[in-house]
Amino acid sequence: MSFSTALAHHFLPETILVLGVLALILIGAWRGTRAYGLVNELAAGLIGLAILALFFGQTSQASLFEGAFVDDAFARFMKVLTLIGSLVTILMSRDYLQRARLGNFEFPALVLLSTIGMLLLVSADNLIALYLGLELMSLALYVAAAFDRDDARASEAGLKYFVLGALSSGMLLYGASLLYGFAGTISFDGVAKSITGAPPLGVIFGLVFVLAGLAFKMSAAPFHMWTPDVYEGAPTPVTAFFASAPKMAAVAITARIVVTAFPGIVAQWQQIVIFIAVASMLLGAFAAIGQTNIKRLMAYSSIGHMGFALVGLAAGNEAGVRGVAIYLAIYLVMTLGAFAAILQMRVEGRPVEKIADLSGLSRNNGTAAFFLAMLMFSLAGVPPLAGFFAKYYVFLAAVDAGLYALAILGVLASAISAFYYLRVVKVIYFDDPAPAFDHSPLSLRAVLAASTLFLLGFWLYPAPVVEAATAAAKSLF
Amino acid sequence: MFGFGILTGLTFLPLVGAAFILTLKGESEATLRNAKWAALLTTIVVFLLSLVAWGRFDTASAAFQLVEQKAWFGSGLTYKLGVDGFSMPFVLLTTFLTPFAILASWDSVKFRLKEYLVAFLVLETLMIGVFCALDLVLFYLFFEGGLIPMFLIIGIWGGKRRVYASFKFFLYTLAGSLLMLIAILAIYGKTGTTDIATLLETQFPPAMQTWLWLAFFASFAVKMPMWPVHTWLPDAHVEAPTAGSVILAAILLKMGGYGFIRFSLPMFPDASADFAALVYALSVIAVIYTSLVALVQEDIKKLIAYSSVAHMGFVTMGLFTLTPQGVQGAMFLMISHGFVSGALFLCVGVIYDRMHTREVAAYGGLVNRMPLYAVTFMIFTMANVGLPGTSGFVGEFLTLAGAFVANSWVALFATSGVVLSAAYALYLYRRVVFGPLDKPALQSIADLSPRELLIFAPLIALTIYYGVRPGPILEASAASVANLLQSHTALANAAKIVAQAAQ
Repeated sequence: MSFSTALAHHFLPETILVLGVLALILIGAWRGTRAYGLVNELAAGLIGLAILALFFGQTSQASLFEGAFVDDAFARFMKVLTLIGSLVTILMSRDYLQRARLGNFEFPALVLLSTIGMLLLVSADNLIALYLGLELMSLALYVAAAFDRDDARASEAGLKYFVLGALSSGMLLYGASLLYGFAGTISFDGVAKSITGAPPLGVIFGLVFVLAGLAFKMSAAPFHMWTPDVYEGAPTPVTAFFASAPKMAAVAITARIVVTAFPGIVAQWQQIVIFIAVASMLLGAFAAIGQTNIKRLMAYSSIGHMGFALVGLAAGNEAGVRGVAIYLAIYLVMTLGAFAAILQMRVEGRPVEKIADLSGLSRNNGTAAFFLAMLMFSLAGVPPLAGFFAKYYVFLAAVDAGLYALAILGVLASAISAFYYLRVVKVIYFDDPAPAFDHSPLSLRAVLAASTLFLLGFWLYPAPVVEAATAAAKSLF
Repeated sequence: MFGFGILTGLTFLPLVGAAFILTLKGESEATLRNAKWAALLTTIVVFLLSLVAWGRFDTASAAFQLVEQKAWFGSGLTYKLGVDGFSMPFVLLTTFLTPFAILASWDSVKFRLKEYLVAFLVLETLMIGVFCALDLVLFYLFFEGGLIPMFLIIGIWGGKRRVYASFKFFLYTLAGSLLMLIAILAIYGKTGTTDIATLLETQFPPAMQTWLWLAFFASFAVKMPMWPVHTWLPDAHVEAPTAGSVILAAILLKMGGYGFIRFSLPMFPDASADFAALVYALSVIAVIYTSLVALVQEDIKKLIAYSSVAHMGFVTMGLFTLTPQGVQGAMFLMISHGFVSGALFLCVGVIYDRMHTREVAAYGGLVNRMPLYAVTFMIFTMANVGLPGTSGFVGEFLTLAGAFVANSWVALFATSGVVLSAAYALYLYRRVVFGPLDKPALQSIADLSPRELLIFAPLIALTIYYGVRPGPILEASAASVANLLQSHTALANAAKIVAQAAQ
């Protein structure tokens, strides 16, 4: 395949975004701060184009650029999720950033750059491509975390994220170099082929370090420490971005690397994934109970959810990866919906973020209250909402693979975490009203409504998501 | 219609009413009246539709009837509804009682009335769905989904400790049900299907049965509720609004019993036989212990709640005797308890609406001012005690008769519970209704209004009718019970033969 056909056919979304972001930076440099609105709209348009390119583009599987990247159904599924996360973030962020006087064209450009990194990451097929995608994604995220540079908390969040992120990148790089040293190749397939029989200790070390680096990016315990502080400190649209798109990419590449590079040592990586899953679920369930800040609550909630997603991966088979794909799709919708609601929390022009500020929302704004309550029930995994089906598919895979203890720990964690989601519902419905929120922009209300309706109606017509996820999982094996 | 059958219509019709109420704007008097009438009419139409379904139902057959099936989640899960002799009576009970729940809230709900009605209609959909579902995951969907509206009903319109009660209700039930979910997944992993009709034919290995039985038991025992996981019930009952208590006692508790009879007994016969002693023990403790606890309650609703736990003890005992009398008696007792406990909570609601207290001590001598009420309350008190001539007697008698066949010690202890139930019920009745009317607040209390009379009249009629002529209910489930026991004996024999062959 020639370079240009690869770009035009199997790399089209990336091509669109790369060319687009360069043009947007030029526009920004030329028009200065006034460019924000235009750049923001154009960035959303570019991501929309990229999504369309994925939907109507190639459906075949191809290896690109001497095996650096792969274009398969799994990559496309995860790319669509990632792009939706970025698109919705950009749409939701405008009002908040302009009010906070942060309306600079750099923000959409950073989101786009980070998104390009994620797209590269999910289709990476060797260790160098993996690191390339990961760093492109992360560097943009470090800057975005500290985007409110005059705010001490945001600067702290950015710095903390950067220092810990650099450490985790170092670990990942060290693991990658060990793998290269023992396998003699950087390609995932090559690594898989080189491991025959009992794996050398160095490969195991490499695997552990690589997984530790990736667990940091998806904020799974025990590499979660940065999450609550960064979520709380960063401007809320940035938090929404952190909670959605990068997690899709990080879990996707984790699934890809363990499945394609280490099929011979399933038992070894399974232990690690099980440990990370259990630790994340339990930590997410217990640590969130005492939170009073809704962004911190969402941070712990996201840690727990990554644990649930990894339960599927722990099964180590096709059904498990399908469960992960479905889980991520539904989690993405729930997160974006929840942050659309959090971004609407604004009293007399100032954003508020205490759970208590939601008190009596059902009296002040019945529709938003209903939507947010349904989101909470869905996050808790109560049927018939979509969150239940997300858990259903990952636990199904785990039980099928005989991981009963993991599944039982998982449902217990799920029952515990139901407590704090219910607490939010309680505050919304049972408590006396707090000051009403300001009228919120259409984009936020639309995202909240669309996501909740998706969750409520998922059981009526689940086929598109389930079928796409099934095809995605199939392409990985 | 649209390729769906009557059961789909029955299940989802309440949602249509709920959607209509949601379109009503404003809080004016006329709007609220419209909302109330819309809810009432919806539930009545659903009831009439369920009578049509009942007309098409053949009681002589033990097979699933009115079955409808659609592809749903692809792999394994199907949208499948159907009823048999075990589920049809519960469907009718649900559709029959929901209009009463709406009527009972006619004047007593003072705020957020539209949301209240919507919550009840959604709850009705989910309850009917539980009894109609013939796919395990679909069943679970409805079973768990019911937690959401009930949580909101208790938490928003409940009493003083409503938050505590609603959380306890939700988390207890959720924790139990999630273990059942694992069992459902394991069943799916083992058999590759979640179709209940197929699973009823499947024979699970005994070792697996034990675990599956325990997981299902965790869920149904909490829902039932059985001692010692019953503690959520008194709290939920006391804090829930009247209609919430009615639905909770009359229908939601029956889901536990329905679960035992639909899943635990037929699917895991060996484990059911092994664990029968455990269930007997828990049932007898429930009957005696909770009756004694009921004796010392100062809160009328709490007393009735404990009496419900005691009655559910008779149900679980009857079910696991695996005798025709025991199982049929349990079915009958569940239906009868639906009427009687529902009516008792309505009775409490009547005086609570007037006096806004549930303390026994706040009442006394009501017979002087409220003769009609005294008669009504007495009929249901007697039915609760199990006086011959009321429906309560038939169920208790049959379960005890079954217990005598299976294990006479169990029957002996359980029968003493009947005596205790007479004690607490009559003691309550004496303190509330008889005695001097010396409380100043009670001097002007009014007797039953026409609306309240309208609510109680059909319940009284049915309680006495089924007490005198229990045939219709017993016949409805007879074929299914016979089928259950027959296959049970066959499976048990097969297991014995296998065990002997192994030796």
